[in-house]
Amino acid sequence: MPLSVSLSIEGDTTVIELEGELDAKTAPDFHQTIEKAAGHGTSTVEIRMAGVGYMASAGLRSLVFAQQKVGEHVTIKVVGAIEPVSRTIRTAGLDRSIVLTDD
Amino acid sequence: MSEPASEQVLRVDAYPTHEVGGYRVRAGKPFPFGANVVPGGVSFSVFSDQATSMTLVIYKRGEPEPTAELEFPQEFRTGSVFAMTVFGLDHENIEYGYRADGPYDPVTGHRFDARQVLSDPYARLIAGRDVWGVEPDRSRGYQYRSRVCLQDFDWGDDTPLGIPAEDLVVYETHVRGFTRHPSSQVTAPGTFAGLREKIPYLKELGINCIELLPVFEFDESDNPRTNPETGEQLFDYWGYNTVSFFAPKAGYAATGRYGMQGDEFRTLIKDLHAAGIEVILDVVFNHTAEGNEQGPTISFKGLDNATYYMLTPEGYYFNFSGTGNTVNCNHPVVRNFVLDCLRHWVADYHIDGFRFDLAAILGRSPDGTPLPNPPLLELLAYDPVLRHTKLIAEAWDAGGLYEVGNFPAYGRWAEWNGKYRDTVRSFLKGDPGVTGELATRLAGSPDLYSSRGTSASVNFLTAHDGFSLADLVSYNDKHNEANGEGNNDGGNDNASWNCGAEGPTDDPEVGALRLRQMKNALAILFTSQGIPMLLSGDEVARTQQGNNNTYCQDNELSWFDWSQVDENSELLRFTREMIAFRKRHRELRSTSHPTGQLRDTLGLPDISWHGERAWQPDWSAESRLLAVARCGTGDDDVVYAAMNSHWEAHDLELPALPGGRSWHLFADTGAEAPHDIRTPGAELELENAGKYLIGPRSVVILVGRTPDTEL
Repeated sequence: MPLSVSLSIEGDTTVIELEGELDAKTAPDFHQTIEKAAGHGTSTVEIRMAGVGYMASAGLRSLVFAQQKVGEHVTIKVVGAIEPVSRTIRTAGLDRSIVLTDD
Repeated sequence: MSEPASEQVLRVDAYPTHEVGGYRVRAGKPFPFGANVVPGGVSFSVFSDQATSMTLVIYKRGEPEPTAELEFPQEFRTGSVFAMTVFGLDHENIEYGYRADGPYDPVTGHRFDARQVLSDPYARLIAGRDVWGVEPDRSRGYQYRSRVCLQDFDWGDDTPLGIPAEDLVVYETHVRGFTRHPSSQVTAPGTFAGLREKIPYLKELGINCIELLPVFEFDESDNPRTNPETGEQLFDYWGYNTVSFFAPKAGYAATGRYGMQGDEFRTLIKDLHAAGIEVILDVVFNHTAEGNEQGPTISFKGLDNATYYMLTPEGYYFNFSGTGNTVNCNHPVVRNFVLDCLRHWVADYHIDGFRFDLAAILGRSPDGTPLPNPPLLELLAYDPVLRHTKLIAEAWDAGGLYEVGNFPAYGRWAEWNGKYRDTVRSFLKGDPGVTGELATRLAGSPDLYSSRGTSASVNFLTAHDGFSLADLVSYNDKHNEANGEGNNDGGNDNASWNCGAEGPTDDPEVGALRLRQMKNALAILFTSQGIPMLLSGDEVARTQQGNNNTYCQDNELSWFDWSQVDENSELLRFTREMIAFRKRHRELRSTSHPTGQLRDTLGLPDISWHGERAWQPDWSAESRLLAVARCGTGDDDVVYAAMNSHWEAHDLELPALPGGRSWHLFADTGAEAPHDIRTPGAELELENAGKYLIGPRSVVILVGRTPDTEL
């Protein structure tokens, strides 16, 4: 299943909404969106992942990339990730610098 | 951060010059070895001295058959290094290996076989054993698959802790065993992530260094035996059989199936550092998982057998490791391999030190002779990257070389002090005539390490190899039947004593004596000079049911049972307070051996020996009582420890204290909890200042200090 990626700004938050599968094939689209989001200069980047049913290692790496791309003064939130996805994020240690929330 | 497009430099080496096997390529850089991501592609570099040709084999992740085979053009060869950059690879989703062609002539040491796909010795990730315990598909031709690894972990402000060696309290544990038991209640049991969740426990215990059994990729299914009692498959659980030296074990990571084991392990290390805990890795460079001529060809054997292994004149494998082969570590190329590997773990994983399994082998020449000045050991001691890491040797090997006290140290190497273990065990069980040697061991073994100081001695009573502490006081004999070797494996010389019953017992007297003996052991360990090492679980009386060689047991024999934290809270509290006491008293951690010289400030020597009478130790053959007083460096307290392994009580006359000090009771293992130990600094002043009755088989620790004025 391909990944649909949308980008919007809500106040001081840049919102990236993902739907589909985040893997090596689709990660580049996500990367491009992160690069755009990094250029917006908002204090928060919110990645909505409720619609992501599967995330491969490339997806995890994308989150690492996102952290480095937006800089340390920007908060990255991952919202609504299903349990297997959020567990993977936690065990990979990314929850130390990414805020994981249910909604 | 990437540069803005306008400022990016167009690099000529980002463009291909050749086409091989449908891929665009160019000559790679010989160094560094391994697979490295470069602009537009991946640079592959591999060494083989005798190969006539080399082919890069590329697989799509998880596919049984290769998608491409790229033979290195001759012009891509520099010396004996084959290097090629391949463009347009999806490095996240490939696995790679090599076919090396060359002579097959075992007598001259060469075992080339181009039919075999070989693992890259420098692979920083390995696929094929991604989830612990999953039965592998052995019909696949290429089992342990090299993967390309990005090095983009954000270490933040993590820096080496640089804890002085003399201040270390080492905790030896197994990544999987520490949290695999269901009672651990962690999110991902048996993994780096699980261990990370238990950092608060380690911190509360007070240890400041964790030593992990091997974490380099190994194959846990590499054990053909079954448990004769249950029929269950046995494992290579400890992992002293390295498959790939640069790769963290995927099966130890909850994210191994995603190839994220490197990040997960680094996250654990970063958090341990943040908690003030250093990380030492147990490393195995004396042999590999390739065994002897009967063993599998994984990597070295097919790349350059004659370089990497010590071979007899007939081309067979020397077996100083007891496992089939012996790594030829003092060969200049292999030396560099070991160095590159350790540098990788220090630079890319922020590892603080290493414990070298059967390190005496590292001092042998290619024909097996012990070298007076082994180049590898010298190289590691002086290497700029390794300069501040801890280097600890298991200073013996399976070929009979025993170098405890004589290991070529170059002022850098510490040793697992096997003599400390044997002496203290012997004393604990009540053997006569041990007090003299016990005194030497308590003082940091000056007979062995006179020129190297006390921190050359890693003091331990138990380790993964042998009985746990609870079993040391519960079993006279090993009970290794579950290992499937007819109880013939494991050491026979355990210096253990079961306190009156073999194994589990309902006898309350035996139970109480065992608990006391465990406390005695811990009290001696943490008041000895040298670096103390505690075996994980000993603080809560972890048992292996008398098995002293659980290398193959991936079950409750090996796992830390977290329900014992509550059940054996008395022993846990005792251990915590002993560690806290050691931290409080510098005289126990002095780097120099005591000399018996007077301390000007106190009018007492830095160390003094006592018996039933103050200043009169009994060194006779039947003596089972010894007391030692230390005073100090950095604090004005006097620490007195009396050790009685006799089955009778003894009246102790205490040495007089200078300058308004009085004796305060810190620990008495003969007393019922909670009076067995107190919080350091809150010791109880003795009413009868000059005397103390030490009970049978007990240790008493007193502090000579100024009484609390506010009490």
